[in-house]
Amino acid sequence: MPFLVLLGIVAVFAFWVIGAYNGLIGLRNQKDNGWKQIDIQLKRRHDLIPNLVNTVKGAMEFERDTLTAVMEARNKAMTAASPADAGAKEGALTAALGRLFAVAENYPQLRANENVKMLQEELSGTENKIGFARQFYNDIATKYNTRREVFPTNIIANSFGFQRAELFEITDAAERAVPTVDLSMRK
Amino acid sequence: MNLLEQQAANRRRTWFVMAVFIIFLAVVGAGVDAFVIGNGGPFVPVATMAALAMGGGQSWWSLRFGDRSVLASAAAIPLETRLAEAASDDERLRYRQLQNVVEEMSIAAGIPVPRAYVIPDSDPNAFATGRDPAHASIAVTDGLLRMLSREELQGVVAHEMGHVRNYDIRLMTVVAALVGAVALLADWAGRSMRFGGQRSSRRDKGGGAAGILFFAVWIVAIMLAPVVGRLLALAVSRRREYLADATGAELTRNPIALADALEKIESAVEPTPSIKQGTAHLCIADPMGRRLTQSESGWAELWATHPPMSKRIAALKTMGYLKVGT
Repeated sequence: MPFLVLLGIVAVFAFWVIGAYNGLIGLRNQKDNGWKQIDIQLKRRHDLIPNLVNTVKGAMEFERDTLTAVMEARNKAMTAASPADAGAKEGALTAALGRLFAVAENYPQLRANENVKMLQEELSGTENKIGFARQFYNDIATKYNTRREVFPTNIIANSFGFQRAELFEITDAAERAVPTVDLSMRK
Repeated sequence: MNLLEQQAANRRRTWFVMAVFIIFLAVVGAGVDAFVIGNGGPFVPVATMAALAMGGGQSWWSLRFGDRSVLASAAAIPLETRLAEAASDDERLRYRQLQNVVEEMSIAAGIPVPRAYVIPDSDPNAFATGRDPAHASIAVTDGLLRMLSREELQGVVAHEMGHVRNYDIRLMTVVAALVGAVALLADWAGRSMRFGGQRSSRRDKGGGAAGILFFAVWIVAIMLAPVVGRLLALAVSRRREYLADATGAELTRNPIALADALEKIESAVEPTPSIKQGTAHLCIADPMGRRLTQSESGWAELWATHPPMSKRIAALKTMGYLKVGT
């Protein structure tokens, strides 16, 4: 009889270990998949930018600096080595694109151009997708980290070497700062 | 309450209503089995099981194939078709925007991209259908696309995505099965009372005061069954609307845009004839165009598939940490 009780306790313990381990694996895979989603959207943005630059080039002769800045930021972002590096470079690209669209507002024929409007929609759609992919990644990574750290699952997590997931953060101070808009007509 | 607390509260209240529903069904069913069919032997709930099987069968069918008939009856056109046939650049831009917004929200919800449809109707409305996130469809009217800004459209699509992610289509089908089973049981009981006269002798076997009390409760339950079934289903539907609003806010992190969209939709609301009433519980706004003002809420609210707009907007503004004027 005591043997059966012991067997029961061991069985319950084994089931708990299996359940906790599989739960952690499931969350970790979801988290990794979330991370890949961000990459997919970043790649899409890199592909769209040359189109945009070509479409607006003719009308924006005088803004060559702005255009080259966008292309340079894009090329740099494509060579990013680490997630932190990518964060900084993608932030710079976002800023360059923002300047391009701000300047484009000065060109009436661009504002009315359907191709530009469509490209602008595609780019803002892609930027949103990047943002939502990061949001989803952070939510799932937080869930994973919480599961990894709470007692008693943390015993399983530590003995099987489940690493803490990095959250996506804004690394670039310029991106976090609220943009200042200067409406005075100086210059 | 912040949005996660609101989600939790709405989930709790859904299950509370569902528990009441199941108890009600059990009372009605046990009564039919005891007083109408009961033959003194061991108690076997034949009638209850038969009614559940019939209600469930019908619902299974609608769960499996209902999305197609709903989309067909609303004359919904796949978004790709509309995009390919777009008459003007403006129209193409709007459809492309819808496609992007649907993709954005599926990324935020972490579910497969649902198929998107456009309904050629000038009244602003939208609905979701499909049995699970892998088989979901979202349909939006042309009127909605024309009326809302990009952010507001995102809010509405997020609300529909909320219905999909919360499995509301499945839940409402289960509720429909329960309503069907309750109605069937009440119908059987009513028929047997009209035709047979020998139940009185069986009732006496029920055993004393408790049996008579249960019989009285059961008679009342049978008489109210169709009404109570419908009211409980509507209560579940309203809870799921609040929950879909809160889920939508979680996806966009922008509850105010959805509140703005609801305000615009309400001010324009008139019947959306292309959406049939059977789909009402999955729409962003009641397609019958009934408008509930705060003053007549209460009684009228009980009979509505959607909570009053003012209450939904107030709940969303609370999520956005805006002070709500009373």
